[in-house]
Amino acid sequence: MTSRLAFVARRVLLTIPVLFVMSIVVFLIIRLVPGDPVRTMLGFRATDANVAEVRHQLGLDQDILTQYLNWAGALFRGDLGSDIVSHAPLSELLAQRLPVTFELTGLAIVLAVAIGVPLGIRAATGGRWVKRLTEGFVVFGISIPDFWLGIMLVLLFTGTLAILPPSGYVPFADDPVNNLRYMILPVLTLAVGEAAYILRTTRSALTGVLDRPFITFLRAKGLSTRRIVSGHALRNAAPAIVTVIGIQIGVLLGGAIIIETLFALPGVGRLVVTAITQRNYPAVQAGVLAIAVTFIVVSLITDILVGALDPRVSDGKST
Amino acid sequence: MSPDDRIEVPADVLQFTDVSVTFATDDASPVGPAVDGVTLALRRGEIFGIVGESGSGKSTLANAVMGLLPGTATVTGSILVNGREVVGQDDAQLRSMRGDEVSMIFQDASASLDPTWPVGDQIAETIRAHRLIDRREAKARATALMTEVGIPDAADRYGDAPHRLSGGQRQRIVIAAALANDPQLLIADEPTTALDVTIQAQVLELIDRLRTVHGTTVLLISHDLGVIAQVCDRVGVMYGGVLLEVATARELFRAPKHPYTRALLAANPAGAPRGTRLPVIPAAWSIESLSEAELLAQAKEAER
Repeated sequence: MTSRLAFVARRVLLTIPVLFVMSIVVFLIIRLVPGDPVRTMLGFRATDANVAEVRHQLGLDQDILTQYLNWAGALFRGDLGSDIVSHAPLSELLAQRLPVTFELTGLAIVLAVAIGVPLGIRAATGGRWVKRLTEGFVVFGISIPDFWLGIMLVLLFTGTLAILPPSGYVPFADDPVNNLRYMILPVLTLAVGEAAYILRTTRSALTGVLDRPFITFLRAKGLSTRRIVSGHALRNAAPAIVTVIGIQIGVLLGGAIIIETLFALPGVGRLVVTAITQRNYPAVQAGVLAIAVTFIVVSLITDILVGALDPRVSDGKST
Repeated sequence: MSPDDRIEVPADVLQFTDVSVTFATDDASPVGPAVDGVTLALRRGEIFGIVGESGSGKSTLANAVMGLLPGTATVTGSILVNGREVVGQDDAQLRSMRGDEVSMIFQDASASLDPTWPVGDQIAETIRAHRLIDRREAKARATALMTEVGIPDAADRYGDAPHRLSGGQRQRIVIAAALANDPQLLIADEPTTALDVTIQAQVLELIDRLRTVHGTTVLLISHDLGVIAQVCDRVGVMYGGVLLEVATARELFRAPKHPYTRALLAANPAGAPRGTRLPVIPAAWSIESLSEAELLAQAKEAER
């Protein structure tokens, strides 16, 4: 048990340097873009005086180290700066936007797991037809681009069947039923591809485990196939499945940018897209930072889960 | 309990009658049977060794008893466990027998245990698969078994994952899991091959002691004549799927009857004088040098 705690502590400490490096990367992205960001922001009609003023406002006239320290120091106090278009504090803006993105990706991954894992188990243990049908779903799910699937779903559910709204959003707290009605199509769009990845991972991890000698010994002990699969094989396949789910959450956060734009959801993804078109670089920085931090936290949780599932990992042994 | 009190216990725990196993191949070309017409009966309480080279069919024979052969295998003949037919049984019937009446342990104990489960639970699981007892009782029984097979501080080690135990200890856990329901027959397929020599001797002693205490009949499969000599009461020699010779261990090592057995016994590096080439099984009996058909013909010829 103490080794488990030590493992968790070690893994948590490891996120500190990761967060540090990530903050540098996010900070540098905009400064490494070719050209002067302030000039790009203000457009070609801006006078040199305008540019200098805005540059001073944003602190861009200081040397890069001071800029970073100011920015990072403000981050520690929870101050992300303010939006240069609306002048609203970005921390407030993110507090509005993040729940939308979290709801979208959260529901999508839950749905994807609910479809992918049980089908993956069937694919690994079932007969020839189950294998063919699930393989068909995998090829379909992985090959179809999100944005195209999204448009097709809108055409079907809004155009032909007219049962769901094409796009828009109401907060869950205001109207839960309509909130979910708006969420169905974007969640479905994201979940299909993810479910295919999770199905494929579950199938291959489980197939690999079922070939191992300890499965034969379990059969020799008189256990039923059902018990062997649910009690042992799945537990052994779980670290691989959990790892892929963690990575796919990262992919979903990225995919949300497209889907939020397509379905007019006011999430972080759309905030970033809008900010990029407006050259609103503090907002771009804040949005990217929020998504990156989320992904780092998800990875941390994934690794801790894998350690809990496989005692060899938390004991620091290679598997 | 005197033997008379028992209700019709057949004398033989395991009886093979003309057992053959063939594997279907993809290209429909005829392949000789992996096990060919084996007839053999194991007496209650004995350790019967089956010795043979790789590919002689000894493991296939053992797996046929458990019904653990792959779907491509066809078994003919009759295998009686305590007088009940095993060949042709459905999976539910086989499952109620496995781990209860008959247990099997395999070559690599490290690979036989689920790496993510506590070792104690892997023993308790065998009990709970066959007996209606609660978790706590199964745990107590599993801990007692761990002590019996020689795991020190069994209660403390109960929750350990397999990788925290040594190779020898893991094999002891596997043995405890196999013997959890007091099976009448234990099939041990190369149980010590993956262990180093000192641990090997300890594990063999353990198997020997447990069969004395519990009256378990043991079918021990090995390619290692030293292992066979150490614990077996009787020995069968297999070659090319055929059981060539059955004798008591003492007889077999003192006066092997079959020419292959003589060749096998002579191919012992320990007996070779220093500075000479190591003795090998002569080409006439080498599995590689012969075609399948020739090999079988030769084995059958010798059998007569």
